[in-house]
This record gives sequence, structure tokens and C-alpha cells, in this order.
Amino acid sequence: MSVTMAAALRGSLVTLVKGLGGPRWQQLASRPLSVSAGLCSAEAPPARADATFKVTMVPGDGVGPELMTAVKEVFKAGDVPVEFEEFHLSEVQNMASEDKLEQVLTSMKNNKVAMKGKIHTPMEFKGELASYEMRLRRKLDLFANVVHVNSLQGYSTRHNNLDLVIIREQTEGEYSSLEHESVTGVIECLKIITREKSRRIAKFAFDYATKKGRSKVTAVHKANIMKLGDGLFLQSCAEVAQLYPKIKYENIIIDNCCMQLVQNPYQFDVLVMPNLYGNIIDNLAAGLVGGAGVVPGESYSAEYAVFETGARHPFAQAVGRNIANPTAMLLSAANMLKHLNLEYHSHMVSDAVKRVIKQGKVRTRDLGGYSTTGDFVHAVVENLRHRPVY
Amino acid sequence: MAAHSAVLSASKIINPFWGGRLGNTVKVFGTTLTSHRNKTLLTGENIPPPAKYGGRHTVTLIPGDGIGPELLNHVREVFRFSCVPVDFEVVHVNSALETEDDINNAITAIRRNGVALKGNIETKHTMAPSVKSRNNLLRTSLDLYANVMHCQSLPGVQTRHKNIDIMIIRENTEGEYSSLEHESVSGVVESLKIITRNNSLRIADYAFRLAREKGRRRVTAVHKANIMKLGDGLFLQCCREVASGYPDITFDSMIVDNTTMQLVSKPQQFDVMVMPNLYGNVVSNVCAGLVGGPGLVPGANYGRDYAVFETATRNTGKSIADRNIANPTAMLLAGCMMLDHLKLYDHASSIRNAVLTTMNENRLQTADIGGQGTTSEVVQSVMRIIQSKGQLTADL
Repeated sequence: MSVTMAAALRGSLVTLVKGLGGPRWQQLASRPLSVSAGLCSAEAPPARADATFKVTMVPGDGVGPELMTAVKEVFKAGDVPVEFEEFHLSEVQNMASEDKLEQVLTSMKNNKVAMKGKIHTPMEFKGELASYEMRLRRKLDLFANVVHVNSLQGYSTRHNNLDLVIIREQTEGEYSSLEHESVTGVIECLKIITREKSRRIAKFAFDYATKKGRSKVTAVHKANIMKLGDGLFLQSCAEVAQLYPKIKYENIIIDNCCMQLVQNPYQFDVLVMPNLYGNIIDNLAAGLVGGAGVVPGESYSAEYAVFETGARHPFAQAVGRNIANPTAMLLSAANMLKHLNLEYHSHMVSDAVKRVIKQGKVRTRDLGGYSTTGDFVHAVVENLRHRPVY
Repeated sequence: MAAHSAVLSASKIINPFWGGRLGNTVKVFGTTLTSHRNKTLLTGENIPPPAKYGGRHTVTLIPGDGIGPELLNHVREVFRFSCVPVDFEVVHVNSALETEDDINNAITAIRRNGVALKGNIETKHTMAPSVKSRNNLLRTSLDLYANVMHCQSLPGVQTRHKNIDIMIIRENTEGEYSSLEHESVSGVVESLKIITRNNSLRIADYAFRLAREKGRRRVTAVHKANIMKLGDGLFLQCCREVASGYPDITFDSMIVDNTTMQLVSKPQQFDVMVMPNLYGNVVSNVCAGLVGGPGLVPGANYGRDYAVFETATRNTGKSIADRNIANPTAMLLAGCMMLDHLKLYDHASSIRNAVLTTMNENRLQTADIGGQGTTSEVVQSVMRIIQSKGQLTADL
């Protein structure tokens, strides 16, 4: 009943505004996802009323499943046209197998886009050097990890108004899973740096900077010690930089970078680095704006995109206690919607989350509040409906 | 500016053998030679893959002059509407300036993205002769050697001739467009037309490969070898050599003057045509006129590493700019060719079908082909049809 009504409404809108010029027509002939939203929005809602996007979902371990529930609740309340295909892949809960991995990969091949929690891997060596997380990453060739560290308005930290992007190569370097005991008592871990992958990540960083209108890219390295390995990385970055005359290129040594980040993080814009440095800087920078619970992240290959939290931790001690902060995962979900061309819904979700944080009434424990995950999600859902008139 | 010089100096320190190769070539007179040197260093394995991440492509968009900006805005709107995973990096080229900074910027942008969609950039004849056509500079610098257009009669468009289906492959980088002209004696100007064996073999091979791929039967080489016995003779000979490698495809040749006459009297006799630069320019305009005019036919320029898409006849359309009457068909179809090139076949065919349906079935047409619609009405109709066809990713 309501479907036919909506269709009729849309039809009449279309004929009504036929005479108007280009972009205005767009705004008016909106898809009727909810009448109020359609009328208030400045940006044009997306095209097809009946389209749903399929997205692979791997909740992972720890609070992952709870965060995913939060995402699903918000999506449902906001009428977001996304359908999840869930796969529970976990090493620590004995739910990992080649079959499962294969299923996830097949689903990814179809959907191209996924949301993922952290798949925990135990520290003890049990005969397998590469974790499932790493294997998934390699199979999908998710070479670039992007963490956009952005201060949340209304939540004050030591440094406010931070806005920097950390881009990390995550398929080679120290994470090569190549370790051996050459002589008893001597272990060699191989750190691999290749020209091809270094250029690829450098180009990714510059392309990202171009796309987002950023002005500077800084390569982070330790080429004073690893003259060949990190030297190659640095050289590749400098080469690629020549294709981008409008973007400033600098480099900085990793130890100094860490110090500068806690002293004067405003000097950085886009940072690009090899694997392990990226891991550390990701966590450090997330800490600057409020911790692992608030910073979203994403990983890209040429074909696939995976949306996750910026600092990837399972946070197992919080399982079932309803205290996890869903901010990071919700913002990541909003980024995913943008990636799927669902610009309107993306703004709806991220605006709601930011408004809840800004109001400051509902905060989870990690941000100094007393609210539960459920309260926070509820507040976000409430805010979905209160979109301001632009 | 400070940033720019800092980059250059930094790069010189770090990597002296790479430094400075990008920017300095274009000041030299006679671009073709220098751009070749440029090409070998900056293509192939030296450049990381094009900007495609998470299935989303970045494409350089050069709005150009005249009707270019408005048509490209419509393309962007249609792309956004149909959820095409393409982001545009807009690079403006100001045709009023004499410096080549703008176009060099655009060329660098294409080098990093691999693909571009462009409107035509106006070339003012009143400017100093040293100011070269930006469009030509772009094609030669990126070595986009093959210009391809497909002229096909459309059932919804009234024309004199029916059932035309011609593919034109034009050499795009040398010939009369060498930009080599000089006054040897006062009052005597020599324009050099360059035909090389390499480039002729390359374009001939491209034509035959395309013919085989598309299941075509015949390739016709267009030339003027009766007058330019050496230059066009070489071109013709190269075509013959290549043809011997494709026994399944008939090869014949035709002189350019006769070709134009045949085209306007009996265009159905042609299948695939291959020719040097200037003849290609003329013949492609004749063919576009046969099927309905410049607003209908898309064109593509392919090189080994890059591809640039535009309208086939490369008109600026200054007189009809900003009046909402230009025909958006050619640019929309050029966008579809680009999507095909990016292997986004589903999106391409959905938009293409919508464009053709609007024109042929709904008969919503702009004034240039006898309709009464405006540009935005046509675009809106296209979007409505895309919407009515429902979800694109349903079968996945």
C-alpha cells in the first residue's frame, strides 16, 4: 500500500518538476525514503528507490559483533538500502577454516565492499605464521590502510581540531610472515620492501590527497638505519611525487614523527608509511583524539574496500558488558555508504553520530561518560530523524 | 609556488636521475620528438597502476570551452545518479592564456589517472603561432595514437542515408599535425607532413585488430598516394603489410577525394576505415554529418597507456553554449565508451540504452536533430529511464 503511494507520489513529483533546470529537478524528485528527510535535505538523495547494496560483513572477535549490531540497528532505523551478508570467522572461537575463508572471499568477489571487525589471533605460535586477518588481507590484496584522524567536536582532548590522514602499506614490510631460525637461538625476521608496492602505496597516498583536496604528503621512514629497504620506499615516494606538482612532498624519520605527533600534530596533513610504522602511528594518532573507539579506518585494494575501525583491537575484556564505543564503527559505516554512492545516507549517519558526541549527554565509558553501547546507539537513532534544515 | 619549488629541489637531492624530466620538454619547438623522449621514461613499468581503489576509479575531467562544461556537468550528474563508481578530478585549462602550464597540468593529471573525459579546448587563431593547439599537444604528449569513432545510423534520427555502420580509425599524432612549419624564404611557408613507418604500422595494426575483435569484414585505407607518392605511399604500404597478417579481413584502399564522394553518395559500402591524421579529421566530420551531426557521435583516443574520451568531431560549440540547447548525446555516449574502457560494462550499457531509448523511442530530441527538447529535458529523460530499469547490481 505504502509502496504504491510512494510510487505515485514520486511520479507526480517527476511530472511536476519536469520544466525545472538540472540540479533542482534532482532535489525535488527525491526517492521517498522518508518524507521529512526528503524535504529537508540539501543534497540530492540517491537514484534508485528499489536498489539495495549487498555488503559482506565479518564481525570478528571481541566487541566486533556488538559494534556490527549497532551498525545494523542504525541502518535499519535510517532506512539505509544496504543488506549485509554475515560471516563469522574467528580463530579464537574455533570458527575459522579454509571453507569459511573461501566463503568470505567469494562473497567479497561479488560485493566488493565489506565491513569487518578485528579477527583476533593468539600470540602463541601454533605452526602457522600468517593469521587469518593477514591471509584475508593478502588474498584480497588490501594494500592500503587509511585512517583519517579527525577530532570530534564537543569532545575535548589535549589537541583539538586535528585533521590528518595516515596511509599505511599493509601487505609487505615486517608483516611478511617470513621468519626462520637460521642457527639455534638466532631468528631472522624478513622485512620486505619492493619498488612496485612502494610506488603503489605512494601513488595511493597522492591520489588520496588529490581527491580530498589536501596539500601535503609526508613519507615516514627509517632510511638512516635501513638505508636500502626504507631507502627504496623513500625513493619510490619521491619519484611518484613528481607526478603531483601541486602537492607538497616531505619526509620525516619515524622516531621524530612520533615525537612531533604528540607535540605539534597540526604540521601533518597526509602521512604515508610502510607497514609496522603505520601500525604504530595509527594507534598513536587515534589516541590523540580519543582512542580506538572513535577513529574509523578503511582498507583498499584496486577492486575491494573493507571498512573497519582505525585502531584494530578486539577489546575482548568488554564483551557482553555493553560498554564498547560504537562511534568508530558507525563513522566507518558512514564512509562505506559514501563509497557506495549513498551520499545522503552517509551524511545522515555521520551527522547523527557527531551530533550525539557534540551534545555530550550520551557518552560511553571510554569518553568519560556512563552510558552503555545501547544508550549511545539509541541516541544516534533518535538523532537520525532530527536532520537540520540547511 | 614555494611548495612547488620545494618539491623540485627535494626531488633533485633525493633522486637526481629522475629530477626535472617532467616539466621541461614542452618549451622546445616541435613537440613530437621531445614527447617521445618523455614517453619512454614515464610510461609502462615506471608508472604505478591508474587510480583505482576499492573498485572506484578516478578520472581526469577537462571541461574545455563552449558547450564542454555544461555537457560534462550533465555526464557527472547522470553518473552520480546511476551510482557509477567513478570520481572525477576536474582540471581546468584556460584557452586564453599563452602559457602551457595549464595543459601540462592536465597532461600530468592524465598520466596519474590513466583516463580522461574532455570537452574541446578552443584554439584561437589570433594568438601567436607559437601557441599550439592544446588538444593536439595533449594527444601527442600522451601518445594517443588511435582515434576511434563509430558512426551508426540511429532509427530515431531523420537523415538522407540509412543503415550506415562505419568505424573510422585515424592516426592521431603525426601527419599534417606535426606542428612543424617554417618560412624558409620570405613569402614561402613550408608545413611538414610527417609519415613514419612505425606509426603507420601501429595504426594499421590497431585497425585490423579492432576489425577482428568487432567481427568486421573489410578494412579500407584512405590515402592520397597518387600525389604524395612517398608519404602516403609509405602509409599504404604499411597497411598492406599488416593486412597480410589478417587473411580473414578484406583489405582495400581508396583515394581521399573519391572517398568523400562515395561517402555522401553510397556510404553503406564502407566498413572499417583507417587513415592518416588530416584525412581522418575530414572523413570523420563527413561521417558524423551523415548520421545526424556533431551532437550524436562519441570519439575515443587510445594510446598504449592512456585513453581520452571526447565527442568525435571535437567541436567547441561556442555559439550554442549556455543556452540549454546543445545535444548531450555525444558526450553521454563518450562517457559510456569510457565506462567500457574501465570495464564497467553494466553501467555503460544501462546509460547507453537510456540515451538511445530517449532518442529513438521517446523521440525526445534537441533542436539540432529536429526535436524540441532542451538539453536538460533529454538528460532528465535519460535518468528516468535508468531509474525505471531498476537496480544495476541485482544479478550479483
